[in-house]
Amino acid sequence: MATATQLQPLLRIEGVYKVYPKPESGGSFTVLEDINLTVMPGEIVAILGRSGSGKSTLLRSVAGLSKPTKGVVYSNGKPVDGPNADVSMVFQSFALLPWLNVVENVEIGLESKRLSAAEVHRRGTEALRLVGLEGFEKAYPKELSGGMQQRVGFARAFVVQPVVLMLDEPFSALDVLTAENLRGEIADLWEAGNFPAQSVVLVTHNIEEAIMLADRVVVMSSNPGRIRGEIRVTLARPRERNSSAFRAMADHVYTIMTNPETKIMPVAHESSSLVDTTALPHARPGAISGLLELVEEYGGPEDVAVISDRLRIEADDLLPILDAAVLLQFANVKEGDVTLTEIGRTFADGEVEHARMIFRDQALKFAPLVRTMHEVLVSARGKPVHEDFFLDILDEHYSDEEARNQFETALNWGRYAGLLEYDSDEKTLQAPQAHDE
Amino acid sequence: MIRRAFPPKYALPRSPIGMSDVVIIAGLFLLLYGIARVGSGFFVAFKPPLMQPKVSLDPANLPYYAARSTLRMFIGLIASVLFTFAYGYACAKSHRAEKVMIPLLDILQSVPVLGFLSVTVTGFIALFPGSLLGLEMASLFAIFTGQVWNMTFSFYHSLITLPKELDEAATVFQFSKWRRFISVEVPASMIGLVWNGMMSFGGGWFFVAVTEAITVNNKSYTLPGLGSYVAKAVLEKNLHALASAIVTMVVLIVIIDQLFWRPVVAWAEKFRMDKSTASSQATSWVLDLLRSSKLPRILGRQWRKFQQRIPKVRIHFPKRTRFQLRWKRKKPRFNMDILFGVGIGMVVMAAIALGVHIVSTEVPAQEVAKVFGLGILTFLRVICLIVFASLVWTPIGVAIGFNPKLARLAQPLVLIFASFPANFLFPAATIIFIRVGLGLNAGSIVLMILGAQWYVLFNAIAGAMAVPNDLREMATNMRLTGWPLWRKLILPAIFPAWVTGAITASGGAWNASIVSEVVSWGDKTLKADGIGAYIANATTVGDAPRIVLGVSFMCIFVVASNRLFWRRLYALAETRYRLG
Repeated sequence: MATATQLQPLLRIEGVYKVYPKPESGGSFTVLEDINLTVMPGEIVAILGRSGSGKSTLLRSVAGLSKPTKGVVYSNGKPVDGPNADVSMVFQSFALLPWLNVVENVEIGLESKRLSAAEVHRRGTEALRLVGLEGFEKAYPKELSGGMQQRVGFARAFVVQPVVLMLDEPFSALDVLTAENLRGEIADLWEAGNFPAQSVVLVTHNIEEAIMLADRVVVMSSNPGRIRGEIRVTLARPRERNSSAFRAMADHVYTIMTNPETKIMPVAHESSSLVDTTALPHARPGAISGLLELVEEYGGPEDVAVISDRLRIEADDLLPILDAAVLLQFANVKEGDVTLTEIGRTFADGEVEHARMIFRDQALKFAPLVRTMHEVLVSARGKPVHEDFFLDILDEHYSDEEARNQFETALNWGRYAGLLEYDSDEKTLQAPQAHDE
Repeated sequence: MIRRAFPPKYALPRSPIGMSDVVIIAGLFLLLYGIARVGSGFFVAFKPPLMQPKVSLDPANLPYYAARSTLRMFIGLIASVLFTFAYGYACAKSHRAEKVMIPLLDILQSVPVLGFLSVTVTGFIALFPGSLLGLEMASLFAIFTGQVWNMTFSFYHSLITLPKELDEAATVFQFSKWRRFISVEVPASMIGLVWNGMMSFGGGWFFVAVTEAITVNNKSYTLPGLGSYVAKAVLEKNLHALASAIVTMVVLIVIIDQLFWRPVVAWAEKFRMDKSTASSQATSWVLDLLRSSKLPRILGRQWRKFQQRIPKVRIHFPKRTRFQLRWKRKKPRFNMDILFGVGIGMVVMAAIALGVHIVSTEVPAQEVAKVFGLGILTFLRVICLIVFASLVWTPIGVAIGFNPKLARLAQPLVLIFASFPANFLFPAATIIFIRVGLGLNAGSIVLMILGAQWYVLFNAIAGAMAVPNDLREMATNMRLTGWPLWRKLILPAIFPAWVTGAITASGGAWNASIVSEVVSWGDKTLKADGIGAYIANATTVGDAPRIVLGVSFMCIFVVASNRLFWRRLYALAETRYRLG
């Protein structure tokens, strides 16, 4: 039991699971597995994970928008059951009502609070001032740029004076410069000490964003979503993106994110299964080849963060490509640096036909799903096999959506490698035949 | 490593012809036989009033009558598609045609089709003397005019909003006009065409039912079909026959939905331009069957072989590129355009003058004022209908639409309800009115509601389904409930869908007023005061001036309420309440 001098946690997530049933196959799919997390007053916690790690689902469980299958979320000591009045949320897509003007959109949060008109007006104006939208009260959302729209989103979340502010990838729908600007302003607001919420939970896939804003970065793994561990960010505020300490921190987190096996904290080992379900990273062969050529061009090992920066690709989009290159043994990643292997160099340099042959060999060796599909088609002796055959197998290991994605990635790779043909009308796969007709 | 043993399902030997082929071949033969058998009935000798086709109430005849009505519907549909291509293409390609034909289309779709029955029926019978074909043509014409307008609008709209890149690609690759039409313009408009076709087809049953048994100029005509079966049942007060006709109609709609529209809608999915796949992709077991069968592929291969044998004949039209066309448009020929405008204006003026002349010589002025009053009465009924349907069905539709599972189940059902010709239910309602002693002045509102309410429900469901999830989550997070939730989120969000539904419902109701303001059961006839009853009465006795007067006034009411009310609401919905 905590003593009076100790702070009480604002949020306590205890053993939360989220399992979705799959009506077609009768099975189920686990999005969140045994999540335990507390949020103390006065901290910013970033939840960092790739797409499919269930981080947004976790946020929605805390906000009371979706009920956990198992486990409890405590908010201010009370279990959350229904919409959580202590938190307010900023959405990735802004979620503004197009038929209301800026001030009406902001004041929507006060609708349920039964305040006097004067009080509503005072609070609305104050929230708009905080995000720098004075003078835009009567504008409609579609007259505003994306950055301005998200400011309205922030003002709407601020106006209810929540205990905890929940940010669901609030900057990822904005262009790079606008996102940087808004992120900086939110950081300033926090550092100035008059932030309209006691704590913040930020869901993101952007490593630098997490380090820029958070006191703690909680790293989640995908399929199923689990907490891999957490990293304390002790950098002094205001943080400098180009400081060596910041860069070192970013490299460290990049290393963790590119190596799913790295243990941050001891975690239970995954169970083994009958089929080798090593998930394929969703990258197109063309993208893999493009990335390798780029690294080759710069010569020598290249920093992941630098590549991401130079290409202006979000880490979430870059990482699958890197993963694919590593899986196919075209590249190695060590301490956040990318180096090409011998075969990777040949692949990057080779002309089209040659590169495809190399890709074919590597995919057969290291991409189990592509190999399985190839083997099935070969043993079918040129007869078409319906895609459902493969989807059904994948369905036992992945959500419907992920099964589809896995299938499509394997399809892409297999087609590029000339290992299979696909008829999109009939939805059948076939081993390639000599074209004689 | 893979340790799973895959079931060698794919390795099983396959016969060259599968089960699906047998099913398809059998189905094909049945269809051809049916058409030949039923179609021969179209050319039966007909010399009214002595020699008229008889309708028998024996339930064993119901399949035959259903087939006759169905054949009419499909001929009407084919005619509508052909007309749509010609008219829509002309409007989109010719500047001048567009100027006249689009407003004309707008008027035509507001005109109550049923008002012209007396003209079309007598006209077509005179065209084909001694054959039932004339009457068939009159019925087909009514079905056609009931279906065609919104298909044409949809096609025209797709043509003028054709994605620019497609248009440019077709120009760069020097597509001929025919090639452009077949491989670019029709595919790009396919989805809209299919959906509008399906909706109009559903509305078409109503016209079939009305036109199969009709009295014009004091003469009664019957065409064998479900509609005349119902009419006969009403005349003979045969409740049992009425019930079996209603059941047959439901079964027929479901069968056509399953065998024709579902497959077509699922097939049309491949013409979807935006990458975002529809939330629930349409599926059809018939299409799956067709796709799994080898027959279409074998036939296709034979057709290609055949095609390669015949020498290619190419007719070379002088090529006119898009560029030249545009250039031409930029240089308006004032004289010609003015001349053209004056010509059209004179034709319109002459038509109006002729109408006024016919009416004014026969109809006293106070009757004109009375007809205007009758128009107001019918207008009030339409308003009642919209208000009632909105108040009752909007909350239900929203509740269904917010529950994806329920919506998937309910939407096809509602479409079937909307297709069901409400006039099949009129006799049953009439019996109740007679029993309860409810006059038709109020009762006709109920009759109109029977047919038109489904459009409001259908669109409320669609509107609620289209509300983005994040907006609903935001509302929950902001703890909006009850009236504030409806006021701030739900009502504005479904407003565009509501407008669409209400416009469709009111258009249908005006047309329906002609048959729902006069109804009968046996020898008992109920009548309401309204412009619909006025037109119906004038049609029965063949009073041309009063038909012209009634139909013109109804057109004025419909066009005026469209222009002054619905169009504005629609514009508001498009600008202010559009999501995304």
